[in-house]
Amino acid sequence: MARKLGFLVVAAFLVLASICESAIFNPVSESHRSAALELFSPADGSFGSLEETYEALRTFEVLGIEKKPDVKPSACASVVDTLRSTSSSLKDLFHALRVNGILKCELKDEAFGGIESRLKDSLNSANSLLDFYYTIGGLKRIKDQTSEVDVNLGDADKVFRSIKALSQSDGRWRFSSNNPESSNAAAGIALEALAGVISLASPEIDHSLLATLKSDIGKLFDGIERYDDGACYFDEKLVDASGHQGPLSASASVTRGITAFAAVTSESLNLPGEKILGLAKFFLGIGLPGSAKDLYYQIDALACLENIRQVSTVFFLSRNLLLGSIPLILSLPATVLSVTKKDQLKVQVSSVLGSSAPPLSVKLMQIFTSGSKDASIIDQKLKFDPDNSVHVLETLPTNVDVGKYIFSFEIIFDDPEHKKNYATGGRTKVPIHVTGVIKINNAEIAILDSDIGSVEAQKKLDLPGDNAAALSANHLQKLRMSFGLTTPFGHAFKPHQAFLKLRHESGVEHIFVVGNTGKKFEIILDFLGLVEKFFYLSGKYDIQLTVGDSVMENSFLQPLGHIELDLPDAPEKAARPPPQLVDPYSRYGPKAEINHIFRAPDKRPPRELSLAFSGLVLLPLLGFLAGLLHLRANLKNFPKSTAPATFAVLFHLGIAAVLVLYALFWFKLDLFTTLKALGLLGIFLMFVGHKTLSHLASTSSKLKSA
Amino acid sequence: MGKSSTTKDAQALFQSLRSAYTATPTNLKIIDLYIVFAVVTAVIQVVYMALVGSFPFNSFLSGVLSCVGTAVLAVSLRIQVNKENKEFKDLPPERAFADFVLCNLVLHLVIMNFLG
Repeated sequence: MARKLGFLVVAAFLVLASICESAIFNPVSESHRSAALELFSPADGSFGSLEETYEALRTFEVLGIEKKPDVKPSACASVVDTLRSTSSSLKDLFHALRVNGILKCELKDEAFGGIESRLKDSLNSANSLLDFYYTIGGLKRIKDQTSEVDVNLGDADKVFRSIKALSQSDGRWRFSSNNPESSNAAAGIALEALAGVISLASPEIDHSLLATLKSDIGKLFDGIERYDDGACYFDEKLVDASGHQGPLSASASVTRGITAFAAVTSESLNLPGEKILGLAKFFLGIGLPGSAKDLYYQIDALACLENIRQVSTVFFLSRNLLLGSIPLILSLPATVLSVTKKDQLKVQVSSVLGSSAPPLSVKLMQIFTSGSKDASIIDQKLKFDPDNSVHVLETLPTNVDVGKYIFSFEIIFDDPEHKKNYATGGRTKVPIHVTGVIKINNAEIAILDSDIGSVEAQKKLDLPGDNAAALSANHLQKLRMSFGLTTPFGHAFKPHQAFLKLRHESGVEHIFVVGNTGKKFEIILDFLGLVEKFFYLSGKYDIQLTVGDSVMENSFLQPLGHIELDLPDAPEKAARPPPQLVDPYSRYGPKAEINHIFRAPDKRPPRELSLAFSGLVLLPLLGFLAGLLHLRANLKNFPKSTAPATFAVLFHLGIAAVLVLYALFWFKLDLFTTLKALGLLGIFLMFVGHKTLSHLASTSSKLKSA
Repeated sequence: MGKSSTTKDAQALFQSLRSAYTATPTNLKIIDLYIVFAVVTAVIQVVYMALVGSFPFNSFLSGVLSCVGTAVLAVSLRIQVNKENKEFKDLPPERAFADFVLCNLVLHLVIMNFLG
């Protein structure tokens, strides 16, 4: 396990290191389809809003997913509702028409008529870019879906100019005239809207307007950002209210825009193929997006790039040469080739969505050895296998041994005309790992006498394999371990890792790097110089050898046996061996369970005894009452007249209320509540008490004086 | 001889004490009865503690102190109400009773807090 892990870490590191200069982009594949089904999963037969429905349907359509969830009934119902309602917003109308474009719900032409007039009205009052986009987009969808309604724009030039008024000098656009920030995403939206205007214009748009727009697109592409691996994207810093803006949405928006524009214009755009390919690489480089929205952006933009020529072929057959550049992606099913298993180098060339490319051949031009600038020029044509549509390099060039390389490929079209229609990005560099089984020979371990260097004991080792060398040595002797590594082609091989480990019984470990002298790997441990490092610990040491490399298929880490070391006793001041770390697995393992100690409950008396005493404490009260009777106590002094009697009764009730409050305090109230209530009761009690007692005092003083 | 005379003396002493106490005003007798009631209740609680142990000690303390405190306050009331006592001649008994009620209320607020 440990052996495999170490190997993987090394491999991952090397792959990461080499990916920086050259990277592989794989076209859209089956994993995108399963991701799409997972990300766009309808809840209760619908995708939520019409916008989400359109995104899901469009993604499924582009990916050609047959087994899509059936949302047509609910989506169509929603479309009809939205189109009928007079209060639905422009955005909803637009999305409803887009969904209808895919689903082809059964709609009457009158429905379109009403909407068409509504859209044209709002076009006259539109002032923000999104208003124009939704209205023109809606009108264009109506035109595509029905021929009954006349949606042509008479004043197309005016609309065109008002959209164009929002453009900036750097080719970007503003969302509205009172928003000064320019954005790439807005540029894409504007281009799409303008493309709609052009297609709806009934007298054609003024050509000078198209020419300025063309130069705007050129400026827009000048502002493209670029990664080291050739991927290009449009950055987006503006955060609008919808919040879902980033390089991906901006690039997707621009891609949609230029595709739409290219589809309707007769002007030549002359977009640099290398930037189109860069955009394709950017969208593919994302891999599998995590959210449905991102997946829609990615897939929709890739579909636009793939169809950039087809669209123009349909409408303007002669323009496809000018527009050009469908990106073609060169990908490799496997970039790790084993020379031992005689793996063949296979190369696939396809469009971004994975459909097949025109007839072409792939040439291996150069091979760079990783880590050096040297390149060997090969110029070898790969053989095309039409069954699997892969280009195969049947035999690796003779100078390719195990190791890490960067292969440089070039795509040559069979028909030279295609060169103008497709963007291949010149030479494509791909990192390749060539692996193989490394032969280990002349492995031996020996004990040498220090002074003369004569061999005391020697054992041949079988690597990789089981070895149980049993050696013994004292501090005047040396340990020598040596082996040689050769590749399947017989060249010397230098692995990334070659370590010898000695481990004492007590767990103290010492690791030594095995050095190489040309063809041979050798390490000599002179124990005289190592006694201090070994902490003067005599006894049994286990020997372990590690040889590993990312291109070595038989990397290993295995015990070789043990050596009994007889070292001198430690002097007074010698360093103590460090305390051994606890097993790292136990450090993260479960901790010992914590037992909480609670105070044992005190012994309670039997229930009967407690109840008996409760009764007993009432006895003195009975005695007290009996004594009162005996003393002939009476209530004759209680005030007779109404007012004093009322006060006296209130006084006694007040005292009773305070006692009840105390009882409540005992059972459930807290001190603060009690004190507040007590304060109020106290004031009341003071008042009535004073009245009662002063009345009594006056009565008694009257009696005295009388 | 000596024994019988001692008994006799004791009897005579009790006789005189009882006759003297009979002269005590009724309201003072009521207070005395009240004090006895409180003290006996306290004694019963102490006996209970001696039998089963002092486990909820705060409850025991508050029970006993409630009784003892009441008794002490009643003694104070008795001192102030007693007409023979010249020291409190000017203090009307109603005022003394008001003090008694107030002190009892404060005492029992503390007792209830301590009862747990």
